[in-house]
Amino acid sequence: MLELKNVTFQVSDEKDQDKEIIKDISLTIEDQKFIAITGPNGGGKSTLAKLIVGIYEPSEGQILYNGTDITHMSVTDRAKLGISFAFQTPVRFKGIKVKDLIRLAAGRELSIGAACAYLSEVGLCAKDYIEREVDGSLSGGELKRIEIAQLIARNTELSVLDEPEAGIDLWSFSNLIKVFEKMREDRKRSIIIISHQERILDIADEILVMRDGQVADFGKKDEILPELLKGTAACKYYQ
Amino acid sequence: MDKVQRDLLETVADIHGVPEGAYNIRANGKLGGRATTANIDIVTKQDNPGIDIIIKPGTVNESVHIPVIISESGLSDMVYNDFYIGEGSDVVIVAGCGIHNCGDQSSRHDGIHTFHVGKNARVKYIEKHYGEKDPDVSGANIMNPTTVVYVDEGGYIEMETTQIMGIDHTVRDTKAYLNGEDAKLVIRDKLMTHKDQHADAIFDVEMNGIGSTCDLISRAVAKDDSTQTFKAAIVGNARCSSHTECDAIIMDNAKISATPEIKANDLDAALIHEAAIGRIAGEQLIKLMTLGLTEEEAEQEIIAGFLK
Repeated sequence: MLELKNVTFQVSDEKDQDKEIIKDISLTIEDQKFIAITGPNGGGKSTLAKLIVGIYEPSEGQILYNGTDITHMSVTDRAKLGISFAFQTPVRFKGIKVKDLIRLAAGRELSIGAACAYLSEVGLCAKDYIEREVDGSLSGGELKRIEIAQLIARNTELSVLDEPEAGIDLWSFSNLIKVFEKMREDRKRSIIIISHQERILDIADEILVMRDGQVADFGKKDEILPELLKGTAACKYYQ
Repeated sequence: MDKVQRDLLETVADIHGVPEGAYNIRANGKLGGRATTANIDIVTKQDNPGIDIIIKPGTVNESVHIPVIISESGLSDMVYNDFYIGEGSDVVIVAGCGIHNCGDQSSRHDGIHTFHVGKNARVKYIEKHYGEKDPDVSGANIMNPTTVVYVDEGGYIEMETTQIMGIDHTVRDTKAYLNGEDAKLVIRDKLMTHKDQHADAIFDVEMNGIGSTCDLISRAVAKDDSTQTFKAAIVGNARCSSHTECDAIIMDNAKISATPEIKANDLDAALIHEAAIGRIAGEQLIKLMTLGLTEEEAEQEIIAGFLK
């Protein structure tokens, strides 16, 4: 279970003025839940994800994971505790190959066959990719899928994904939906996924709407999604 | 040969016991073993220390190993090795130098390798430089390799040169003359320095043959207080193309200077140079930390990948 208690995150802008990106958020995410976070751009969704995985540290407040205070815990220690993260813009490397990232994600030496199996799960023809370098030669969509393959290889209790659908073509998108469903159903894991896509919101148990650094709404998908899809009525979240 | 020498040999030339094919082992300035084949002859020079390696035209799928190892402190070794690679042959040449310094005097190896790559011949040249010391000894390990390459019509040479730490001072000087039509040169240079080591890497390539190509990629890592300079001058004197890439990671208090030069003396010379020096990107470290690696482990993976 993940708990955020009065979490605030401040940064200084160019004029040295403090600006709150996340404003006093408190929420609880239960185990084995599929949570979709949505809301307007600039609302603090990615910042919230980075606070959960430890890339940012809250200015105020507390984050608890399974009862342990992880507020000041490093990215590494949170990863070891069972929190995974898929970046919105996957990081590129010179010389590190796809198989290296999959091996590091799995946390053990892998046979080529085992590494390939993870890539196949995200719809990549594994033999074409396993020896490729994770650099500019891979497209944005390919990198996103490799990012998700790493989450599958890590197989941790909690996975946080920041807009995994961005840059992915329609055909692959359908398959990715299946991947997310499988991650939830097969493995009984918790997933927090930032998305603007109706089809992703539709498979969530709960939807959290963020606006202006605050939780605008948080509840069961059946209650929130119809509101979001009402067209102009959804403006209440986007004003 | 003692264990120190055997270990050095394994590190620099992947040799376990006696290598297959032609070889010449130079240990502490003396001949440590030699074998020739029907197609590859190795002859001791009369005028200078060193050897001539003569590969007959049409020799394919053969290899030559010519490692040099130094395990005596204070030894200064200088060799001239000339390679004559016959027309149409296709061979692998493995050179390498390993120093184990067990004392307080400098151990030094200077080698001048000259390659004459014949018409339509293909050569893969692998060179590793490695140094180690006993604990608490102050003797410096010094290596100054000079490589000169002449490539004839349709000839191809791919050079994979590596020096990962252990060498205190080095000047690595490579000169190539792509004289024949469609002559090709590929260089993959990997260099890592640490502590207070210094390395100079110099590449001078003259492209004289019509259709000649050069592809030079240098990857360097400088740690601690080490310093490196990189100079590459590529001159296009005919219709030719070249691509030079110098990529370097600096860490701690290290300093790297890169001086790229490309010079076109022909309207149809197409020359590209890319150079980048910088620290490891913070986002790369964070990415690997989200996979459970510590910052130090992440750094090691990034460097290992970069120099792979």
